[in-house]
Amino acid sequence: MRYTLLMHYPEVADELDPAMIEEAQRAFASYTETLEGAGVLVSAEVLQPSTNTTTLRLEDGALQVQDGPFADTKDQLGGTLVLDVDDLDAAIDWARQAPPLAWGAIEVRPGAVYTVAGAWTPND
Amino acid sequence: MDAERLTAPDRDAHAAAACTAAARAARESYGRLVALLAASTGDLALAEDALADAFERALRTWPESGVPDNPDGWLLTVARNRERDEWKSAARRRTVPLPTDDAPGPTDAAAAAPASDAPARAPSLGHDPLADVDPDRIPDRRLELLFTCAHPAIDASVRTPLMLQAVLGFEASEVARAFAVPAATMAQRLVRAKRRIREARIPFAVPDRHAMPERLPPVLEAIYGCAALDWRGGAADPAGEAQYLAVVLAGLLEHEPEAWALAALTTLALARRGPDAAGFVPLDEQDPSTWDAASIDEGDAYLRRAARERGRLATPGRFELEAAIQSVHCARRTGTTDWAALRTLYDALLATAPSLGAEVARAVVVGRLDGPEAGLAALPGEASGFQPWWAARADLLERAGRADEAAGAFRRAADLASDPAVREHLAARAERAAGSGPAQPG
Repeated sequence: MRYTLLMHYPEVADELDPAMIEEAQRAFASYTETLEGAGVLVSAEVLQPSTNTTTLRLEDGALQVQDGPFADTKDQLGGTLVLDVDDLDAAIDWARQAPPLAWGAIEVRPGAVYTVAGAWTPND
Repeated sequence: MDAERLTAPDRDAHAAAACTAAARAARESYGRLVALLAASTGDLALAEDALADAFERALRTWPESGVPDNPDGWLLTVARNRERDEWKSAARRRTVPLPTDDAPGPTDAAAAAPASDAPARAPSLGHDPLADVDPDRIPDRRLELLFTCAHPAIDASVRTPLMLQAVLGFEASEVARAFAVPAATMAQRLVRAKRRIREARIPFAVPDRHAMPERLPPVLEAIYGCAALDWRGGAADPAGEAQYLAVVLAGLLEHEPEAWALAALTTLALARRGPDAAGFVPLDEQDPSTWDAASIDEGDAYLRRAARERGRLATPGRFELEAAIQSVHCARRTGTTDWAALRTLYDALLATAPSLGAEVARAVVVGRLDGPEAGLAALPGEASGFQPWWAARADLLERAGRADEAAGAFRRAADLASDPAVREHLAARAERAAGSGPAQPG
């Protein structure tokens, strides 16, 4: 069963201390290594800040392309992890060990369907 | 005892006791079967539906064929077949091919065995997870079910209703009445929670030792929440059901002190209730001879077990302290109330699990030990909407001889009381206090 961990955290306006960034990267690398070693990691992606995002909408059938995220909230989606585990408890157990939990919230969301070589496959 | 010599009320009492025992036995079976059926598929709603079908078939066929030697085993087999049919048709609706589409009946062990490459939990692929359950020895999976119902991923407000329905077999409408919400609303909440269990795949499992400290409290809270319900005129008695669940939980977990403490707390609370009293009688005025001595002994035994499981080095938990407070009150049947012990226990309770209710109760105890003015001083700052605060204040004021103020406080408490019997009692005390006040002429 696949679960996506949606990592939400506040974005820092100022430049971060490079040492802090490096430490966070090390923690994250070690975390994904553990996931990989346990055979549960499907994919992982850390996103660029929402200042670099672009949002599309249709308004009265006309395309609106705007800079910025779809919702201007304090916390922004900062990355995703897709895990393949037995059940919600296993997913929660992995999520609680994720380094981004220290600076934000992690949403554990079960997947519905996903593609395998382009073909939709139910998640179970 | 000879049945003919029973008086009519005795006979009624016996009949009522027999009914309660029968209902309890039926619910015990029901909970065990639902737990087993749900734990194997992860689908609580399907387990309940399948079991309902099995019961319906039993009602149709048993009167003719006779009750089978092992009714639970019979029900399990029928429900299991029903679940299996459901998986098959659900699987057919998908595009995934069925490996055992033309398999023989589900009792055929070979057909029911999982395909070698089938995932552990994929009943839709023809795997019958109950294939190796011996109907003569049905394992008790109710513990797993309790942990699922009170899973942190389930909305806290629906945990107790879910337990009442899944573990005890109450209809959604009965649960709705207990929670004073419309039946359709409750039914919808229950359906949503069960869908969530299935679709997010909340497991039916007893948490590991490392997760137990965070997973047990919500289970205890949900059972405790059941005890606090007001189920007047309903089909069941929430305090009794809570006590039953607490005892089942403690027995299945074996070594959890707070589970035994909750069993003690709910048992002692039940013991003091006495027969269906016509009105509300405060603890002080209850006649200890009306209390159920056997239940008090049972509750005290659970409390000793809780202390033993905790060990001398650990601090008693919240439920153990609350149960100990109940036990001190119950000890009045053989002596007097040990107010000093109560103060110690409330101090410990406030340190462990601070609450407005405990603070108010402690002030009442202080009032008994050091006089009503000291009790009033110990009351927390005004809690305008909290009925026990007003009732405690009123009682302390009355004891201090401040009758007018007492009458006002009793009236305020009565206005805030949700239980009609409690409201009536408080209103009567307000009147009594007003009548004895110096401002009242004559």
